[in-house]
Amino acid sequence: MLSRLKKNQFLFEELVKRDFNKKYRGAILGIFWSVLSPLLSLFVMQIAFSRFFGASTPHYIIYLFSGNIVLSFFRESTTTGMSALSGNAAIFSKIPVSKYLFVLSKNTSAFINFIFVLIVYFLFVIGDGISVTPRFLLLLFPIVCLTVFNIGAGLILSALYMFFRDVEYFYHVFLMLLTYLSAIFYTLDRFSPLQQTLFLLNPIYTYISYFRIVVIQNATPDWLLHFLCAFYAALAVGVGAWIYKKYNYQFIYYV
Amino acid sequence: MTTVELKNVSVRYMTGDLRNIGLKEWILRRIAGQYKVHTFWANRNISFSLQKGDMLGILGTNGAGKSTLLKAISGVMLPTEGEVRVRGTIAALLELASGFDDDLTVRENAYLRGAFLGYTRKFMDEHYDAIIEFAGLQDFQTYYFRQLSSGMKSRLAFSIASELAPDIMILDEVLSVGDGAFKEKSYQKITGILERGITGLLVSHSTEQVRSICNKALWLDHGRQVAFGPVGELCDRYERFLRDRSQGKIQSSNG
Repeated sequence: MLSRLKKNQFLFEELVKRDFNKKYRGAILGIFWSVLSPLLSLFVMQIAFSRFFGASTPHYIIYLFSGNIVLSFFRESTTTGMSALSGNAAIFSKIPVSKYLFVLSKNTSAFINFIFVLIVYFLFVIGDGISVTPRFLLLLFPIVCLTVFNIGAGLILSALYMFFRDVEYFYHVFLMLLTYLSAIFYTLDRFSPLQQTLFLLNPIYTYISYFRIVVIQNATPDWLLHFLCAFYAALAVGVGAWIYKKYNYQFIYYV
Repeated sequence: MTTVELKNVSVRYMTGDLRNIGLKEWILRRIAGQYKVHTFWANRNISFSLQKGDMLGILGTNGAGKSTLLKAISGVMLPTEGEVRVRGTIAALLELASGFDDDLTVRENAYLRGAFLGYTRKFMDEHYDAIIEFAGLQDFQTYYFRQLSSGMKSRLAFSIASELAPDIMILDEVLSVGDGAFKEKSYQKITGILERGITGLLVSHSTEQVRSICNKALWLDHGRQVAFGPVGELCDRYERFLRDRSQGKIQSSNG
């Protein structure tokens, strides 16, 4: 078991290196661009929506940024993770290899990217006059949950993509829908209490919400939000692992 | 010492509408009852065992189930019925030039491939120079893979896969890689490894090659085991079978 882990560690490192190299090599701005691009979309949103929600929402730029940072991490992880398995079909149909590593390495690339954006996020938080308190350490919880959730979603999507290649198009439509349903740029106060509760069915919203409560309201989220964040993560990774276990030797038929 | 043992191994293979079918198409065909998946036995009740030092030649025409059998032994596929028992490390020397990444350099690809094959980083650090030298790619180490010829890619694939002397070695049509000089070199390397007393399994269309390298042979036809035994006798029978078959074809086309 330990030797297998060690063997997989070398493979995992090489896979991460490959994904990272391929992503940033040749691009003049490189990693800088991966931080700049969410900032650009942040400013566009700020210009477009601040006159509708800016006046009534304290720290509206942080409100926007909290939504963006969570959603873009999810989007990046899942869109790159989706093709991870089929992109390595030539390998896993000939060499026995732990297939989940392909998804995991894509997630690691996205996670590293997320950390860079997170640093910029905190600079914005300080710049917007919010004082950083020890309570911010609570953010580790949604970050871990979101990362696990992304891995689970990546596993599920990569398997689906193996079976049905047009899943890609459906998923892009879904992502657009998700963007509108995750309260990125609008606030929930115009909805009825029942409708506000329904938002909690959206995992991405729960992670965004956790960020906003801690950073903007300087409060500790209630037990329900904690439970939901962990539950969605466990559910996604559980389903993903189950699919991979069940279809481990059948993916080869779809190559 | 028995190193490879197969007991009544059967592998059921699936083909049909599995590949390159979209979700839309899948649903439509399901509704119309036109979704057809065809299963057949690629291997049926294969039983044999090999001792340390044995070299098995696998004979059979196209579609006999040779490659599927090797996949079941190497662990890429799972036998549907029966049991594969393997003692020791396996290295599969398949036609692997296809699994490389065009956007990585020769060096990066070599390390990645080593990781796929289960080598350690230490092993790769120590053997990298020898691998490159054997493949004759000393002047191309920083080249991107897409800049190489297909012969160079095959040579590198062979060189990496044959660097480690495993306990069990699987050779699927690899002794025909590269130009004449490299073919000779790779043949020498393989026979050198085999002389160390490991167990080998070779798929080849050339009975001449099987006779010269192997001491045992397995004859497959349409997934079934026709015979298993000493190489000379079996190659004679197989050659007679091929001759009869081609004569039969000529006769039936004349008649």
